[in-house]
Amino acid sequence: MHIALKIRRYSPEQDRPPSWQDVTVEAEPTDRVLDALHAVKWRHDGSLAFRRSCAHGICGSDAMMINGKNRLACKVLIKDLRQPIVIEPMRGFPVVKDLIVDMEGFFNKYRRVTPYLVAQDPPPDKERLQSPQERERFDDTTKCILCGACTTACPSFWANHEYLGPAAIVQAHRFLFDSRDHAKAQRLAVLNQSSGVWRCRTIFNCTDACPRGINVTKAIGEVKQLLLHHRARSSHVSGEVAK
Amino acid sequence: MKESVAFAREKPSGGFELWSWVFMRFSGVVLLFLALGHLALMHLINSIDEIDYWFVAKRYAGVLWRGYDLAMLVLAMLHGINGARILIDDYLHHPMWRRLVLGGLYAVCGGLLVLGVYVALFFKPVAHA
Repeated sequence: MHIALKIRRYSPEQDRPPSWQDVTVEAEPTDRVLDALHAVKWRHDGSLAFRRSCAHGICGSDAMMINGKNRLACKVLIKDLRQPIVIEPMRGFPVVKDLIVDMEGFFNKYRRVTPYLVAQDPPPDKERLQSPQERERFDDTTKCILCGACTTACPSFWANHEYLGPAAIVQAHRFLFDSRDHAKAQRLAVLNQSSGVWRCRTIFNCTDACPRGINVTKAIGEVKQLLLHHRARSSHVSGEVAK
Repeated sequence: MKESVAFAREKPSGGFELWSWVFMRFSGVVLLFLALGHLALMHLINSIDEIDYWFVAKRYAGVLWRGYDLAMLVLAMLHGINGARILIDDYLHHPMWRRLVLGGLYAVCGGLLVLGVYVALFFKPVAHA
């Protein structure tokens, strides 16, 4: 069947503002938006630029705004969308070309929250064991694939690019609530900055946008509660950072 | 890139933003009940036709309603000022404009707050004509 697409195009090589391109391709209703984009690129216009890697909702590289909502192009079926399907790059990141955005700032913020396990106790003989309950505590935030859909759906981030953003806070949550981790104070110091977790206005756009179904706003709320309960410690660490 | 450079600056909040967040939640809940009580008293229990200078003077004869109004005034003003501060922080990025607008906000709202507190604490009814 004919599928009508309306794609936001931008080429840095041409000194022109972004424009809309209307394309009609042949695809099945049960195909994904990514298949329609492939059809455009392979059969109509090879200059169309977009990211994709695994094409199965795991790598997170094909996040884009589809019909006004951030989604993964490889997870949305054409039959579930109104036509013309309007496809834009995610908002709030600089556009490199067409649907490709510059995510360097996003990953800089990700790195700020120490997104890896810091275990300072001596290594055990086999592995650092954890009870199922301890693992369950941060299970939801382990699902993050760093696609950027949440951060680029956040009005607080659009308004102020200094804000860490939901994705970095979700990553911090994943380790803050891990019983094996020992870098809590270090992460909380970053999250307690004025550009940290307090920029969240509980708008819920992030939760709505997450293609992995993570309760992002809930995770951010839990980090705020944790900061409150560790206020003395986090203030102390923040003071040290200031020095 | 703009955001990475901006984020490179360390800006510890020193706990202010944390307590500001706690205050917004606390004052929001308390204000809800204070405002509902105010609504019930002024619009349901008493008719608005009865509310005049002498109605207020009678209420302010004791400490209770002065305290009630004072709590509502202080919490509402601080809640509102803090909310406006957060919006200004989000949307005004030029340091000079931000300082100017924040200064204006604090001056106007601070003045209104002081005036309201003064009335609630020191109001004395004038004698009947």
